[in-house]
Amino acid sequence: MSKFRKDGGKETPAISTSALPDIVFMLLFFFMVTTTMRETTLFVKITLPQATEVTKLEKKSLVSYIYVGPPMPQYQAQFGSEPRIQLNDKFAQLGELLDFVEAERQARDESERGQIITSLKVDEYTKMGIVTDIKQELRKAAALHINYSARKGRKN
Amino acid sequence: MPRKLPEYNAASLADIAFMLLIFFLVTTTMDIDSGLERRLPQWVDPSEIDETPPIKERNIFVVLVNRDDRLLVEGEPTRIDDLKAKTKEFLTNPLDKDNLPEKTVKEIDFFGPTEILTGSAVISLRNDVGTSYGTYIRVQNELVAAINELRDELAVQKFGKPFNDLDADRQDAIKEIYPQKISEAEPKKIGGK
Repeated sequence: MSKFRKDGGKETPAISTSALPDIVFMLLFFFMVTTTMRETTLFVKITLPQATEVTKLEKKSLVSYIYVGPPMPQYQAQFGSEPRIQLNDKFAQLGELLDFVEAERQARDESERGQIITSLKVDEYTKMGIVTDIKQELRKAAALHINYSARKGRKN
Repeated sequence: MPRKLPEYNAASLADIAFMLLIFFLVTTTMDIDSGLERRLPQWVDPSEIDETPPIKERNIFVVLVNRDDRLLVEGEPTRIDDLKAKTKEFLTNPLDKDNLPEKTVKEIDFFGPTEILTGSAVISLRNDVGTSYGTYIRVQNELVAAINELRDELAVQKFGKPFNDLDADRQDAIKEIYPQKISEAEPKKIGGK
């Protein structure tokens, strides 16, 4: 019998987990700071186009979103696969845009109403016809400040 | 001497923190919103639109995009890669050509009297109903890139710093020399059905 071997073998001591909460909290704070709340559930599939000259949208509270793209596969039986407009949490027709813009105005403070930016999140492969129609509606609604949403990247 | 309080068990603290963490992972998104900013023109009733523009042909830089995503720039088929160079040529008119825009001399802060394009010089972008949005954004991007590059070149040449690092007054002066004037014309059918 070796001199160093102990019979029976002691149990290995349990790993102390007291630092685990600290690590998890650190992760938690990281995610709380770097992310923003998801506001709407997307019903349409959107691949944003890429651009190099993008600017960041500074004030989130002033931005209202219009989503355009082909419906997600689970909605295609009902809504078809052609690009559709999504406002807030539902599919919308072009005619509802005026009401939408008005509702967005009402939701803001009076002092901020003139500065609302409409962000167009449009799928890359959408035809311009629907986008042009939306732009015309926005002009009618006098929501002139728009932002074509795009990802930063790709040097052409 | 008071008795020591027994330490409470902190093992489940990790579980609570994990639950919070997962909640935030699910409900938040990481994407920052970025994009190309534009101002749409005021709404005018279609019946009131004046069909003959009062702007001279040489002062308009016409970019047409058809439904096959091909470009016609000033009457010539062009690739997207060449668009930036052409735009820059239009905006500077370095050789004072007849078919490029006229210039006027204007007093501008920091620069003194400077030759700039007349106020009516404008880039006009028209697209077809069938143009894909991706191409449209690429064209828009090239146009903005041309203007931004010119501004940067001027800023470095004059102030030794890129445009974005200048203060607001100097930026305004440069913006006056190279304004971002891109007109998204009334929709029109181009090139067949």
